[in-house]
Amino acid sequence: MSMKPDEIMHLIRQDFPDADISIKDLMGDQNHYAVVVKSKAFSGKTRVQQHQMVYKSLRGHMGTTLHAMALETVIME
Amino acid sequence: MTQSPAIFETIKEHLRDHNVVLYMKGTAQMPLCGFSATVVQILKKFEVSFQDFNVLQDEELRQGIKEFSDWPTIPQLYIKGEFIGGCDIVRDMFKTGEFKELLKEKGIPFNDPIS
Repeated sequence: MSMKPDEIMHLIRQDFPDADISIKDLMGDQNHYAVVVKSKAFSGKTRVQQHQMVYKSLRGHMGTTLHAMALETVIME
Repeated sequence: MTQSPAIFETIKEHLRDHNVVLYMKGTAQMPLCGFSATVVQILKKFEVSFQDFNVLQDEELRQGIKEFSDWPTIPQLYIKGEFIGGCDIVRDMFKTGEFKELLKEKGIPFNDPIS
């Protein structure tokens, strides 16, 4: 159960073409990530909705292949 | 992933019966996952009384709650029937002071750890 940072980046990028995306592999094991997504698409959404949008972009990987991903979403001004 | 109305009814019952509900891995006394432990710690800091449900002991609940909330991970915190979020959101709300405001707004008794 692991996922390369490039794959994560690619999936998120598909749904958020405008976003600043930063991905940190916290333990160097391709299994524990800290991800920050900054996008205009979050404007007007609740925090839960913002996170749901990112999880959806991961197409079912979140909570399965991708075990631990700390997520922060930021509204781009 | 099949929809299971029976488990949805069970979840709705939990949310009717308890003001603060935490779906977690392990128990409030013994969390079995760091993310679940973080949310427990925050609730305990505020001395909020809550009902924990251990999804590791109930596979139907584990899958059901993910579909019910449209949220792929555990833990999941509900206050007065409203989904608040998982570990990241709760931790973030704690840091910014929004969590305390939320408790106030929802009328949940708590002790402010800072005062």
